[in-house]
Amino acid sequence: MLVGHQPKPFLLSVEGLTVSFDGFKAVNDLSFYVEENEIRVIIGPNGAGKTTVLDLICGKTKATSGSIEFRGKDLTKLKENQIVKAGVGRKFQTPSIYDDLTVFENLEISYPRGRTVFGALTFTRDAAVRDRVHEVAEMIFLKDRLNMSAALLSHGQKQWLEIGMLLIQDPDLLMLDEPVAGMSVSERAKTAELLNRIIKDRSVLVIEHDMKFVEDIAHKVTVLHQGQILSEGTMEKVKNDPKVIEVYLGH
Amino acid sequence: MNDSRFATRSELIGILVLAVFLVVILPLCLDVFRLNLVAKYLTYAFVALGLVICWGYGGILSLGQGVFFGLGGYCMAMFLKLEASSVENTKIQSTPGIPDFMDWNQITALPFFWKPFHSLTFTILAVILVPGIFALIIGAAMFKRRVGGTYFAIITQAVAAILTILIVGQQGYTGGINGMTDLRTLKGWDIRPDHAKVVLYFFEVGLLLACICIAQLVRHSKLGRILVAMRDQEDRVRFSGYSVANFKIFAFCIAAIFAAIGGAMFALNVGFMSPSFVGIVPSIEMVIYTAVGGRLSILGAVYGTLLVNFAKTSLSESFPELWLFGLGGLFIAVVLAFPNGLAGIWGDYVQPRISKLIGAGKPKSGWTDNSVADGAPAE
Repeated sequence: MLVGHQPKPFLLSVEGLTVSFDGFKAVNDLSFYVEENEIRVIIGPNGAGKTTVLDLICGKTKATSGSIEFRGKDLTKLKENQIVKAGVGRKFQTPSIYDDLTVFENLEISYPRGRTVFGALTFTRDAAVRDRVHEVAEMIFLKDRLNMSAALLSHGQKQWLEIGMLLIQDPDLLMLDEPVAGMSVSERAKTAELLNRIIKDRSVLVIEHDMKFVEDIAHKVTVLHQGQILSEGTMEKVKNDPKVIEVYLGH
Repeated sequence: MNDSRFATRSELIGILVLAVFLVVILPLCLDVFRLNLVAKYLTYAFVALGLVICWGYGGILSLGQGVFFGLGGYCMAMFLKLEASSVENTKIQSTPGIPDFMDWNQITALPFFWKPFHSLTFTILAVILVPGIFALIIGAAMFKRRVGGTYFAIITQAVAAILTILIVGQQGYTGGINGMTDLRTLKGWDIRPDHAKVVLYFFEVGLLLACICIAQLVRHSKLGRILVAMRDQEDRVRFSGYSVANFKIFAFCIAAIFAAIGGAMFALNVGFMSPSFVGIVPSIEMVIYTAVGGRLSILGAVYGTLLVNFAKTSLSESFPELWLFGLGGLFIAVVLAFPNGLAGIWGDYVQPRISKLIGAGKPKSGWTDNSVADGAPAE
């Protein structure tokens, strides 16, 4: 039996992660750790490998070497849908929603039940599903649009819808790729409010360029440059790091 | 919120109208010869129905549905051929009791894979399982490796070509290019006279309506919505925790099984089966039926099949050379001008007018409604 103060295990441990595309190392020997209930923002110049890191964690891209440990499971060995089941949710950069379905149906598909072929065939829209969809729709400001075709939503509303689809999944680690890109000022404020509400009880990994937004939400910031970590720490520390100023914040 | 598990009211009316049309109106208006032609056309409607699920909803274009139509048809034809090749019927052959084409090819004993086809139960199972399992294997091999779109379509064509070559080449086992002809009885019941044709027609219509109901169930289940979702945003579905490959395999298998049932009914109704229904050309024709009817409409597929085949019969009687050009032109015209086929025209132009005339209240919205649901893939 272990006595004493055990350090809290990390939710996500990325160690020595490398991926090379035809010799070009998009991510090079990257290591970082995300704690439970932490909001981590990844920033960095274009081509720094930010999106690739999310792709690697959610299984869209296979790592060349290194490990990604999440709740004791090595994600590099799992398939995409198993990674989702393990508790990782991913929002894409451009809103990926189902245009031909209604807002309700979009949210319902993400409800974590009946994910096998026969499960989906026998899935019934019971009260639990309906309540959860309504609850999330209210959170993402789309309560009045449940029966509307998702194709008719505005860009900002589509982003919210995708965030809502992730909320219904209820992941332990939520990964958001530029959630406020292309949004108007008022939509941005609403999104920040939304994110602040949904990050309770889960860890969030966000890629974002909007520094004001980053300052608002980040617990810790990781700066990537050419596939490697340039700096890591609180926003205050990172902002005053001369290396970061040189390659990223300076211009 | 439309919460129906099976069909909306307008869809239910549509199915009833089709049922009345096929069960009452056509048999009253047509003589037995024409009715048997309709029965032949309807066997393709099974294929078109499968394509609606697989291609229309799932976005998986298969240009090799003739393979499954053929497999189903050949399974049924093998049973019928064995029954027609009793020792008594074939006593002039050098080996009595085996199908005539085997005898012509110097085969002296029934090959092992023919033997189980003495049993009707086995045959019925084989009609469903052989194409089903074959589709499962092709689907698993392709979709698990993320082969899709055009590549998948080309591979299905290749499979259709391979199967045709195999059937033609193995004349002693398959009847070769002539196929299996001179099918006579089903469990002693003669399938050739007029009254048998009528009975078979009604049986087929019953099966078709059953398949339509299955298609409706699939469409209105969450699985149906996942297929639609996958068509546009495969990655989003994958990263919502679904194994996209398994759903594609399912859609492909359902389409294969429907096609096989159509093929088996073809062997019964028409009385023969040949490789000319297996290859690339018939497979593409079957896709055209679906496109003309409307690839998103379950009922449209049936009407599209009937219409194109009636046109084919009447036109090719007068201008046999022109028909293929006509068919190609029709396909291009439909894709360019009416991407949702007859069902799209109906939903966009005819139905609103009818509802206006009857004053049947407000038009409904939501994807279950033809006019909205069948919108072109948004981009």
